[in-house]
Amino acid sequence: MLVRDGDRTVMTMASDFQGDPKEFAVVIPVPTFLKREQIHVGDKALVDHIDAYSAPRLVEYYDSNPCIRMMTLESLQMRAGVAGAAAMKDQDARARSLGVKIDAQYTVGEYDILLLSAEQSAGLETWLRENGYRIPAGASAVLASYLKQNMRFFVARVNLAEQAKLGFSYLRPLQIAYESPKFMLPIRLGTVNANGKQEVFVYALTRKGRVETTNYRTVKLPSDIDLPVYLKDASEFGKFYKSMFVRQVSEQPGAVFLEYAWDMKWCDPCAADPLTSDELRELGVFWAEGRGAQPPDVFVTRLHVRYDKASFPEDLVFQETADRNNFQGRYVLRHEWKGAESCAAATEYRRGLRQRHEQEAGQLASLTGWSLPEIRQRMGLGAEAAPLRQPAWWERLWKN
Amino acid sequence: MPDPRLYQIAMLASLLVYGMGWLAFDITLPRAILLLATALGTQAFCDRAIADCGLRIADLRHCLLGVFRRVPQPSPIRNPQSAIRNQSAIRIPQSAMGNWRSALISGLSLCLLLRTTRTELAIAAAVVAIGAKFVFRLRGKHLFNPTNGGIVAMLLLTDQVWVSPGQWGSAAFLAFLMACLGGVVVNRASRSDVTYAFIVFYCALLFGRSAYLGEPMAIPIHRLGSGALLLFTFFMISDPKTTPDSRSGRILFAALVAAGGWYVQFRLFRTNGLLWSLAACSLAVPLIDLLLPGARYTWTFNKEQRDETVRIHRRAGGDRRGVGATTAGLLRLLRLKGGCEAVQQGLAGRAGS
Repeated sequence: MLVRDGDRTVMTMASDFQGDPKEFAVVIPVPTFLKREQIHVGDKALVDHIDAYSAPRLVEYYDSNPCIRMMTLESLQMRAGVAGAAAMKDQDARARSLGVKIDAQYTVGEYDILLLSAEQSAGLETWLRENGYRIPAGASAVLASYLKQNMRFFVARVNLAEQAKLGFSYLRPLQIAYESPKFMLPIRLGTVNANGKQEVFVYALTRKGRVETTNYRTVKLPSDIDLPVYLKDASEFGKFYKSMFVRQVSEQPGAVFLEYAWDMKWCDPCAADPLTSDELRELGVFWAEGRGAQPPDVFVTRLHVRYDKASFPEDLVFQETADRNNFQGRYVLRHEWKGAESCAAATEYRRGLRQRHEQEAGQLASLTGWSLPEIRQRMGLGAEAAPLRQPAWWERLWKN
Repeated sequence: MPDPRLYQIAMLASLLVYGMGWLAFDITLPRAILLLATALGTQAFCDRAIADCGLRIADLRHCLLGVFRRVPQPSPIRNPQSAIRNQSAIRIPQSAMGNWRSALISGLSLCLLLRTTRTELAIAAAVVAIGAKFVFRLRGKHLFNPTNGGIVAMLLLTDQVWVSPGQWGSAAFLAFLMACLGGVVVNRASRSDVTYAFIVFYCALLFGRSAYLGEPMAIPIHRLGSGALLLFTFFMISDPKTTPDSRSGRILFAALVAAGGWYVQFRLFRTNGLLWSLAACSLAVPLIDLLLPGARYTWTFNKEQRDETVRIHRRAGGDRRGVGATTAGLLRLLRLKGGCEAVQQGLAGRAGS
């Protein structure tokens, strides 16, 4: 998560790491030196909250009795996910002989944190490896390029004793606050080992408007699409969303996908309540006033990136735009009206249903690449599309 | 040879259609039409203002309002002596749409690059882009490439506009297509040297930096594969009306723009480095022209017309010496021809000029 205004940035790193905490480590380049006060351990619930708030939504509508005007009902579902992690063990102090300089060493919450700089990247790679960090082969060149740009390495791992004392069973997000003109996210270390694609969600909280990448295309995900109602089940929707995203990535490699862009002061309707002023401040929105104040101007942008070395050779560079137009990934389920009443409108409605279902099946197939006959089976339409029967001219004549 | 600007218009219009239709450019059709109409309207207004207000383009600032108030001004034709006073007074359009080609190019370039959610700022950008051609002039040349000037001015004046350099993606075929098409245009405009020099300098900087940092060459290649960069290279920096007159001057100019753009992007870490750099380096063009003088570019594209222009140049030069005489001769030619497209050197330009 990147909170940014002017050159001030607060970066929150949350991971979905599921393994043994002692296997967990973060190694990221940072543009400046960080004092102890610039590092903070955040609240995972807040990250989960903003994830829920900005998640792609499934919206359900119930067709009204076509004979009478009725109200619609909505329900929401969401999905979550934050990704990206490395692994490591312990540290040693052979640093100096390898040309590695430990600029600072802190324990913050359950994390042991080191800020490293080095004269030689080979020394840094050796040092990291000797200290149990599983640095992929070939990382040296990447480390070197960051070092030559005067960047330092922020290295964090879990202090098991501190974690036991604090009593957290999960890893809390790490936050750093710094001032730098660089508005970017280093992703190159993650692509060194080339073990398939990595996935990252970027939540940008800014004052002015939507954030986009300047060195990759930022593409809006397909949205506002009618889909078959059997996707109502949360796991089915999850599968649908994943398949759709993978297909979008394969069709547009090298694109960053926009999932959500919204003014935090409201939502309509909300997948989750907007964050309060206090929550935002905790997340790093430094321009938010204190407790109980009016919600600050915050525009949320949620970007979803699936990257590998081939399609994302360089780090993500962002810019804030003045675009405050709202966008959300929104998928619509329309439940059919199953009443028995008959009237001219009901007859017309029933005729239109078949066509609508065919459209929904076709859209789902084209978005996900799933087999159309299978979709049709699940929808109860039969494997093959029957030709739509056009009503005879006299059937419309007396509206029966 | 047909006017190269027609090729540019076709090229930019195709790119705009492609961008809007396939790349989801953040611009609506009404906005595009508004930008084009504003650019054309501003050009027509300024042409008219000059025609009504006299020959001194420098006076335009004082008489723009006078056009509306119908303040009588000395006719440029009836008062040829005033023409002699200033070389910048070469152009007297007879038609309000006289420079429509240049204005259309500016409008299309703005559609491709400028992004804002505010309609009034889009209008202002188009007015500034075209208006600046008439206001910021030195030795008969406008200083800024209109599109570049318009965008940079709006970026300076407000935080509500932006340029989305990433939105082109790096589809190889698009890059190839644009390079080829752009190359055609530049060759026809006979100022390909500035483009090629810029490519050489900019590539050297990008590859040099990556080599120094030990980055894989995929990184500079990815950076070069940007449609926005190609648009800048083939359609903006190559503007023959705002580049230095001599070849050595143009090569120096290309080096300055490349270095400036690189500095903004990789040392200051700001976006739109090349746009800022081009605007800043444009201020140095009069100095470069002074140090490295050369022949002024004209949009002469019809051999027959050009020959006649040259004859009149000579005749007028024999009768009365100096630029003013030439001007008067050209005016006569234009009146006879009933058009003003032939010798637009005073006011025309490209990529958006």
